[in-house]
Amino acid sequence: MRIVVPKEIQSGEKRVATTPDITEKLVQKGFRVLVESNAGLAASYADDAYREAGAEVITDCKELYAQADIILKVRAPQTNSETGVHELDLIPRGALLICFLWPAQNAAMLQALAEKGINALSVDSIPRISRAQKLDALSSMANIAGYRAVVEASNQFGRFFAGQITAAGKVPPAKVMVIGAGVAGLAAIGTAKSLGAIVRAFDTRPEVKEQIQSMDAEFLELDFEEDGSGAGGYAKQMSQAFIDAEMALFAEQAKDVDIIITTALIPGKPAPKLITEAMVKSMKHGSVIIDLAAEQGGNCELTEPHRVTEKYGVKIVGYTDMPSRLPAQASQLYSSNLLNMLDELVQDAQAPLQLDMEDDVIRGATVVKEGEITWPPPVIEVARQPGYSEQSVPEANVEVNADEEPSVLRKALTSLMPIALAGVLLFSMGAVAPASFMGHFTVFVLSCFIGYMVIWNVTPSLHTPLMSVTNAISSIIIIGALMQVSSQSILITLLSAVAILIATINIVGGFAVTQRMLKMFGE
Amino acid sequence: MSAGLVNAIYLGAAILFILALSGLSSNENARRGNLYGMLGMGLAIIATVFSDAVTSYWVILVCMAAGSVLGIVLARRVRMTQMPQLVALLHSLVGLAAVSVGYATYLDPELHFSGAEKTIHDIEVYLGIYIGAMTFSGSVIAFGKLSAMITSRPVLLPARHLINLIMLIIVIIYAVIFINAPTLSDAYTPLIIMTIIALIFGVHMVIAIGGADMPVVISMLNSYSGWAAAATGFMLANDLLIVTGALVGSSGAILSYIMCRAMNRNFFSVISGGFGTSKKASSSSSAIVGESVATSVEEVAMFLSSAKKVMIVPGYGMAMAQAQRAVSDVSRILMGKGVNVIFGIHPVAGRMPGHMNVLLAEAKVPYDVVFEMDEVNDDFPNVDVTLVIGANDTVNPAALDDPGSPISGMPVLEVWKSKMTVVLKRSMATGYAGVDNPLFYKENTRMLFGDAKTNMDELVKALS
Repeated sequence: MRIVVPKEIQSGEKRVATTPDITEKLVQKGFRVLVESNAGLAASYADDAYREAGAEVITDCKELYAQADIILKVRAPQTNSETGVHELDLIPRGALLICFLWPAQNAAMLQALAEKGINALSVDSIPRISRAQKLDALSSMANIAGYRAVVEASNQFGRFFAGQITAAGKVPPAKVMVIGAGVAGLAAIGTAKSLGAIVRAFDTRPEVKEQIQSMDAEFLELDFEEDGSGAGGYAKQMSQAFIDAEMALFAEQAKDVDIIITTALIPGKPAPKLITEAMVKSMKHGSVIIDLAAEQGGNCELTEPHRVTEKYGVKIVGYTDMPSRLPAQASQLYSSNLLNMLDELVQDAQAPLQLDMEDDVIRGATVVKEGEITWPPPVIEVARQPGYSEQSVPEANVEVNADEEPSVLRKALTSLMPIALAGVLLFSMGAVAPASFMGHFTVFVLSCFIGYMVIWNVTPSLHTPLMSVTNAISSIIIIGALMQVSSQSILITLLSAVAILIATINIVGGFAVTQRMLKMFGE
Repeated sequence: MSAGLVNAIYLGAAILFILALSGLSSNENARRGNLYGMLGMGLAIIATVFSDAVTSYWVILVCMAAGSVLGIVLARRVRMTQMPQLVALLHSLVGLAAVSVGYATYLDPELHFSGAEKTIHDIEVYLGIYIGAMTFSGSVIAFGKLSAMITSRPVLLPARHLINLIMLIIVIIYAVIFINAPTLSDAYTPLIIMTIIALIFGVHMVIAIGGADMPVVISMLNSYSGWAAAATGFMLANDLLIVTGALVGSSGAILSYIMCRAMNRNFFSVISGGFGTSKKASSSSSAIVGESVATSVEEVAMFLSSAKKVMIVPGYGMAMAQAQRAVSDVSRILMGKGVNVIFGIHPVAGRMPGHMNVLLAEAKVPYDVVFEMDEVNDDFPNVDVTLVIGANDTVNPAALDDPGSPISGMPVLEVWKSKMTVVLKRSMATGYAGVDNPLFYKENTRMLFGDAKTNMDELVKALS
């Protein structure tokens, strides 16, 4: 099968769908890989590197597309501004296109693909289930966007992130608020945190609280009960009362923080407006807002997509190409995602391609198949993270507690019972047994107590030596044999001799091996 | 030597034995404690040999010389991974010696009792032989299981509890016959039948027990060997034997209690040999979601060298693969790179109490970085990478989360709370308890499949 990797034509797009590393792996799997000349240049991957990895580099993109069985791209097909040719026209009928298609926003594109008989997998439609994590390009890109958001913020922000005490005076740490703790939000929290900023984060889904706190950031809580978890691990739209409370929180925070990074998205809807003009006005001069939702309309009312603007002394960054601003990293992760996707898709690189629509992951990602639009896919129920749904554990505890009340009497009884029993036993024993036996019995019981006290003090790490040394000293039985061995009876002498022999093995062996072990512990 | 002097020496020996055991409370005093034990044993033997009752010095000399040689050879030859087998073997010898001494005592014509004293003496002999024989055969089976000569899976006879009960009743009936026997020769039959039943009982009890329950079994046999010595002490009216037997007996009992607690099992059901075997019901109530992620040695090396704190959790798999030296090397290399490496040991890891500690000590892991479960369990959130080597049930989160799990309630090392967990494992097979382990499917868990020793050796190369 031939895999074709064209150069991205959207201006400013620096990513490439396959890196030389991944090319090598694809070639090993039996694919033929064809790469358009200079496809990886913007991401610092030279044509020669692709050639070395076993790919063919082709200059003419028409010739390239004509050979395609599978096309790996980043952006959806579009018209080339230089040649005026639409990429869709180049793709042969029956080929499989894998790229970001955003089917919800691009109904016309799906229609065009269907008409041309092109099969299409949209990497942004991969269902969010655990098995598909390694193909989840959205998460990979979000991670990069989150990182880059902090770098861009730092670029616009005129001060340190970390607080310092210098000879020239004290520098306060920057305060960063991250709204939306998805993959991008968490990446931003981690990056800002590692630069030394004070980080606060907000999310409508309560289950991310622990994740935020695990990164040492502060979770901003609303005094309001509503769970914002929607299907597939995304957030859903909240009630008006919740939004009011949330806005009040942001308004209050806006006066305090230096940097706001917003990542709030609701699938299939325009980005919620969370930062109002009034809030921007209330922010300190020199503050920065990074709006990662700029492409979907922005979380801030004043965001202008694709550019940096300054309003009321606050810089608002509306870049929509954050991943592309880290092209080598983004290409590497994206192409790894695609490689994993191909692993799921193709069992045999020589056989013709089959899209297995029974497979949840492939079904979810396939948006056009054999001239038919197959988007949206049927809903699959995604299990929530274990631990949050488990209500049974605390319930069990409650039951135990409820049991406790009437048991006070029983407890007293159970603690007294053994003592009473032992008393009765001792009494009846003393009544029958001869004095000499009672003497020995006293020694026996007291020794058990000494043993109990002594053994609890033994460190657990020395339990094995304890066993071997107790084993050695329990061979004190040898004394019994020694006293019997001088008997007149041959049988007794023989029995005793055997006992002496094996007890000696035990004594010597036990002590010697204990000493050997303890020596190791002493070192 | 006069009887008074002998008894005085016995008292000294008893005290030395107590000191020997209390010396084990710390690594520093342990070796001196062991020397006290040897001294006590030596004194006791010398005092006995030179007491008035002993004349056949040659027999003693020959037997003891031969025994010493054999003992030394055993102790020198044994590998630390074989310690459980050795201990089981030694237990069986105590049992056998107790049986021999019991028979010899019973046959001794010089001992005459009457009335209640005779009854008590008879009971002592009967009980001493019974415990000794049971310890002997039980330990032999345990030895066989531990050295893989007998399958380590539980072998369960149908109606095994009924069989045990019937045997117990027979033993009690013959005890009555034995005590009431008018002459010595009349008493032989009940004594021999009882001995045979005791041997069968020991076999039956231990063979029904599976590999990972061995820590309990070994400590239990340890305890039984002590009680056998104590019973012998009663029949010989010798306080030193009674004291020592009681010390050893309670030591073994406490160890088995600790082991039971670590597995969340009932102590008494174990002591009676009645292991609950209902745990095969592995219908785990919450299905496991997700997929395990495999990793490579190179990746693990990268995780480890960029970590600040690493916890190593070994299990029986490490002993099986003989990987302890490689593990020790890895820890040393990491420590050399400034990584804080500690070991976390579950009480029932391995096949006997303290087994892992001995293996690590042998591999020259400093004992001050080896910690018990309770000491480290709260520490996991601060751990960057946890290496789980050949452990499974002892790190299973289902024990805490899943009330329907067969191992529910067992205290486990909470490795999943660390930032990343790498599990070294032969395959995805379940552990001894037959329970699937959700740990393997956690998001921050990586699986490193293959032989633990090979992988650890590779890791040493990758790190150095």
